[in-house]
Amino acid sequence: MTGIDTLPGFCRDCFQVVPGRAERCKACGSPRLVRHGELNALHLAHIDCDAFYASVEKRDNPELADKPVIVGGGKRGVVSTCCYIARIRGVRSAMPMFKALEACPEAVVIKPDMEKYSRVGRQIRQMMQDLTPLVEPLSIDEAFLDLKGTELIHHHEPPARLLARFARRVEDEIGVTVSVGLSYCKFLAKVASDMRKPRGFSVIGREEAISFLAPKPVTLIWGVGRAFAEKLAQDGIREIGQLQQMDEATLIRRYGTMGQRLFRLSRGEDERQVHSDGEAKSVSAETTFFEDISDFEALAAHLRALSEKVSRRLKRSGLAGQTVVLKLKTQDFKTRSRNFSLDSPTQLADRIFRTGISMLEKEVGSAKFRLIGIGVTSLGETTLADPQDLVDQQAARRAKAEAAIDILRDKFGNRSVETGYTFRPTDGRSR
Amino acid sequence: MRITIERSNLLKSLNHVHRVVERRNTIPILSNVLLRGEGQSLEMKATDLDLEITESTPAQVEQAGGTTVPAHLLYDIVRKLPDGAEVLLATTTDGSAMTVASGRSKFSLQCLPVSDFPDLNAGTFSHSFKVNGSDLKMLIDRTQFAISTEETRYYLNGIFMHTVEAGGDLKLRAVATDGHRLARADVVAPSGSEGMPGIIIPRKTVGELQKLVDGVDGDVSVEISDAKIRVTTGPIVMTSKLIDGTFPDYQRVIPSGNDKEMRVDCATFQAAVDRVSTISSERGRAVKLAISDGQLTLTVNNPDSGSATDEVPVGYDNDPLEIGFNAKYLLDITQQLSGGEAVFLLADPGSPTVVRDIAGDDALYVLMPMRV
Repeated sequence: MTGIDTLPGFCRDCFQVVPGRAERCKACGSPRLVRHGELNALHLAHIDCDAFYASVEKRDNPELADKPVIVGGGKRGVVSTCCYIARIRGVRSAMPMFKALEACPEAVVIKPDMEKYSRVGRQIRQMMQDLTPLVEPLSIDEAFLDLKGTELIHHHEPPARLLARFARRVEDEIGVTVSVGLSYCKFLAKVASDMRKPRGFSVIGREEAISFLAPKPVTLIWGVGRAFAEKLAQDGIREIGQLQQMDEATLIRRYGTMGQRLFRLSRGEDERQVHSDGEAKSVSAETTFFEDISDFEALAAHLRALSEKVSRRLKRSGLAGQTVVLKLKTQDFKTRSRNFSLDSPTQLADRIFRTGISMLEKEVGSAKFRLIGIGVTSLGETTLADPQDLVDQQAARRAKAEAAIDILRDKFGNRSVETGYTFRPTDGRSR
Repeated sequence: MRITIERSNLLKSLNHVHRVVERRNTIPILSNVLLRGEGQSLEMKATDLDLEITESTPAQVEQAGGTTVPAHLLYDIVRKLPDGAEVLLATTTDGSAMTVASGRSKFSLQCLPVSDFPDLNAGTFSHSFKVNGSDLKMLIDRTQFAISTEETRYYLNGIFMHTVEAGGDLKLRAVATDGHRLARADVVAPSGSEGMPGIIIPRKTVGELQKLVDGVDGDVSVEISDAKIRVTTGPIVMTSKLIDGTFPDYQRVIPSGNDKEMRVDCATFQAAVDRVSTISSERGRAVKLAISDGQLTLTVNNPDSGSATDEVPVGYDNDPLEIGFNAKYLLDITQQLSGGEAVFLLADPGSPTVVRDIAGDDALYVLMPMRV
């Protein structure tokens, strides 16, 4: 074991190396120091923006700086993101809006401006790519980075210091803060980034991985959700340490492939690589209703609008998908997912909608739904997409009509042409 | 029930009937095969509620009766018994189990009551005729590959069979299409088939029928009603529901004005398509056919792996033409052509192309081009 006074460390504000057991940086006086025995050996990072949507909104409107801010949709929507002031009051993301407002009535609620967030997200991603080409985005505001070997192109700076500089750069140039997790594997890097939010920088090394994980709840393990945690609890397993005591064969026998994951991750073994091919695996859109809907016609209208949205994205990115996925969430929060494989890929709203509606027909009747979504997976190139059909002559006409509508919408906006499914004479729409 | 039966007889019949039984069933009785010993024979029956096969085979019946046991289990047991063995099938007195015994091997299978076994109520058939087994097989072989798997268009999930006047003769015609290609095959209509309703035989039934008539030289008898078909060959009776739907007007899809004719040796063409499509991805990629005087150039471009070209001499004396097709679809069709030469009737790169044997149009295919 290395003594604390010989641990490598540096200041996160001025990046000076800090010796010994100093509590503050000698150069700038900052208390934000990082120290860890494996600091210069670790290279796998998880970077997560802090309260991203809310931070962007606060950046753009300084008046909001000291106010609790919630970004989310409508009165029936859920909280997408909330700032740390709102979090102190008990607001959490994914919380229904009415509950959030109960907890924090004076919160400023802002409708999400996804276009703005993804613009900022792209800027940040660009900065990540300045560090390493091995960036695997998980969402608009978080990513894994593998910085192995990058010392050679960054003046022999170890990954840890590069990351600290990166965090500072994002604060200075973008105006939002990030939290960094540094470890030797994806699992622990992600756990680390979550440890000291916001503006955090946490390190988990190989040496302390097992003892660090032992007292943690099993839900920390990637893939252990509420249901699986309950199952484990029934077997008396609540902490990761208990999993560390079990052998692989037993875990696999009990929990199948998940057992193997439990075995490995509980010991901090995670072989997953960082994949930079950030190509989309699916394109989808969903909406939560103001009020639960059971009526087929009403659901169909939403489905049509969403199909058009998905189609628009596919066409814009030159993609086509072969499997159509319908997602429904019932009143009691149960998710139903149905999919259907087409015999050729598509990017047409018409085909996505028709496939979706045929799946929807089988689902409606008994239940009320709070959410509907549609998407396509098995993405591929467009040369094979939407071939002409010998039998369905109408399909060719509908495809032509769709192409014409696309041109009109490009010129005059999305509302310029609508199908009968989504058109309402008065603007009494729920969208 | 207590019977003795030769293992080979039992295996042969089980082999026919057990295929109908789906491996996964939510209704337990549908996993079972019905066995009934009576007179000098054992009758076996299996069903998936849409399709039912029964078959009788000689057996020594000591005690008449019946039961139902898991079909795949029984089949696997009989399969593993030694060749030439005699098999005893005997139910226990309370009917809850059946013993399968042969030599020193002994099995006990759980039974479900015969009364629970569903019957595909065949009703009465309006038309019945005898058709040559090889004719029926030809109709299936030539069209089966084009059956659609897209459930949304359930009426394309089978072979459309009907009678039609063609060239002064009455033909029994099979048609299948998935929207990308269409296959049509004719045989001389057997007497008794005239006036039969057009029927859509579902894909699973088509597959079983194909196996059933494989190697049958003589006639099989066919009975048809609006909703069902029954085919009998020897001791085997297959009854199936038909697809309740309207098959589209396929004649409208077959172009009649394609005036650019290309003749090509079937085997040479097929080998060339097969070769160039090596480079295409598994999903199926377009093969570009560039046709000019006497020569056909096939090209496949796959940005991920490379490109391929091949040349084949053809009979063609029209304006040069470039047209793309799905490689798999081309292969499917050329595999079915029996004559030495295939005839392609083309119009333009965006219109359906007709493919047929040089010998005539007993089998005719329509193929939708792809963008290349």
